[in-house]
Amino acid sequence: MTNLKSFMSRQEMLGLLVVAAVLFVVMPLAMDIFRLNLFGKYLTYAFVAIGLVLCWGKGGILSLGQGVFFGLGGYCMAMYLKLEASTPEATAIQSTPGIPDFMDWNQITALPWFWQPFNSLTFTIVAIIAVPALFAFIIGTAMFKRRVGGVYFAIITQAIAAILTILIIGQQGYTGGVNGITDLRTLKGWDIRTDEAKYILYYVNGGLLIAVLLLSQIVLKSKLGRLLVAVRDQEDRVRFSGYDVSNIKIFVFCFAAVLSAIGGAMFTLQVGFMSPSFVGIVPSIEMVIFCAVGGRLSIFGAVYGTLLVNWAKTTFSETFPELWLFGLGALFIAVVLVFPNGLSGLYRSYLAPIVDRFIVPKGRKAEPDKSTPAAPFGADTTAKPAE
Amino acid sequence: MNTLNNNTDFLLSIENLTVSFDGFKAVNDLNLYIDENEIHVIIGPNGAGKTTVLDLICGRTRATDGSIKFRNKELTAMREHEIVREGVGRKFQNPSIYEDLTVFENLELSFPRGRTVFGALTFQRDEEVRSRVREIAEMVFLDTLLDMQAALLSHGQKQWLEIGMLLIQDPELLMLDEPVAGMSVSERKQTAKLLNEITKGRSVMVVEHDMKFVEDIAHRVTVLHQGKILSEGSMAKVQADPKVIDVYLGH
Repeated sequence: MTNLKSFMSRQEMLGLLVVAAVLFVVMPLAMDIFRLNLFGKYLTYAFVAIGLVLCWGKGGILSLGQGVFFGLGGYCMAMYLKLEASTPEATAIQSTPGIPDFMDWNQITALPWFWQPFNSLTFTIVAIIAVPALFAFIIGTAMFKRRVGGVYFAIITQAIAAILTILIIGQQGYTGGVNGITDLRTLKGWDIRTDEAKYILYYVNGGLLIAVLLLSQIVLKSKLGRLLVAVRDQEDRVRFSGYDVSNIKIFVFCFAAVLSAIGGAMFTLQVGFMSPSFVGIVPSIEMVIFCAVGGRLSIFGAVYGTLLVNWAKTTFSETFPELWLFGLGALFIAVVLVFPNGLSGLYRSYLAPIVDRFIVPKGRKAEPDKSTPAAPFGADTTAKPAE
Repeated sequence: MNTLNNNTDFLLSIENLTVSFDGFKAVNDLNLYIDENEIHVIIGPNGAGKTTVLDLICGRTRATDGSIKFRNKELTAMREHEIVREGVGRKFQNPSIYEDLTVFENLELSFPRGRTVFGALTFQRDEEVRSRVREIAEMVFLDTLLDMQAALLSHGQKQWLEIGMLLIQDPELLMLDEPVAGMSVSERKQTAKLLNEITKGRSVMVVEHDMKFVEDIAHRVTVLHQGKILSEGSMAKVQADPKVIDVYLGH
């Protein structure tokens, strides 16, 4: 029990239960499959936002290129699905049957070497994790070992997002270009376009999200979680306490990258295609906004922030398409100026004290000080002398 | 040169140390030796290179020339965290603590275990950590404030917390940059007492402006001026040195 308590406070436990209830009970009951699938698409961005909470909110490393990792995960998945959809029978009308249609249109006559391994689902799943992790490791090592940080790091990640987009669009024959990889049909023979498949994928996505929340919670509650906050606030002190700060930063950057890639892969599965429009600068910045709106210190807040912004995006862009971008900008300004701790900050200031009255057993004092917005989320339940 | 011949019995030996920033020599051909268990204070007017010397030892600034040997191990090519792991601790001029964490967590992060990424992930707050944190907290007068967020401490308490964070690393050489700056008279006295207590089993290097405080703690004093040593010895000897009076103490 002590272990559980040090792993999650009552508030955090409640947070997790509420997220699970919303995901698995409320939304499936409240929505038809079209809306639920859309909701599942939003949730894939929540993976990115959770990664940003660790990387940016806790560790202070602002990455404006998370779309890169979302895209890498999404493209890995899409490559597998595309190969499965490109059997010689299905592509018999092409001049080279058995390769993806866009390759044929671009006069490519054999499957490129880097597409070959994506015939295997096992390889694909490994690649979804390993490719973004390796890429983040290379970027992180190159930047953090040289003490590139802050704004410079943000700009470089943004440049990488731009480069990758240009690369994907430019190498049409290998990547599907600006249209992306489309017309994905089956996963191991299982049609992913049916309503039933969409329900199943939605639940898989939700389960993964809960797993990712738990995994992030483990990291945040370990000493590494406190080190991240320490690196954000006093990098030199951490260094002169005998830690290699660059390794800590590389780790969290890779961790966030892997979470983004999982989101990307689930996006491809649920939406049925992947394109460069989810990789570049604009989507990357939107992802940061999801995280900021949720409150960049709370992994649960990140989920709600993502849902809120995406819901607003869909609703407003259906009604006033030309005004949406202004709305998004206004929202971001409002978050920065009026409620810098986002939704989770609002929750902690106004709702948490009320909730505490119900979930903290009588006779035990609700801990003072510790729910102030300034305190890092998840920094409580510590430092108690052994009872 | 045969480096073996350069080995000394000193804990720290700095020889021919020079650092130049765009031609300006902040530290110029400096030789300085620190004994075991001594409190060595470095004083000097502003811009004399005092903080730069500490920066050079702990690896924050790279030397242009010369050598810094700690237990006869060359430090000039090592990275900061490696120097720390050798047993050199450094306190900064402004208290640099983790304001968003509690006093306990501040001390715990400095506890010398689980310093790799994997080590930090699997780090357990066991009885050894708890008792060591409590022990150090008591030494630096913060034992009743373990659960407090560090941002809420007074300025003097923050200075003590940072000293405590160094003590828990158990360094053999402790470097303090103006440890009593901004402290009240009574806090200063407590700090002097604290320093005299923690010097058992380790050496302490202090950069300080407060002469009264220097008198209270120093075993040996080095006066720096324009990156060079002007005078060295006991406080009384240094204070009587006409050169020192001329550039520093006299005005």
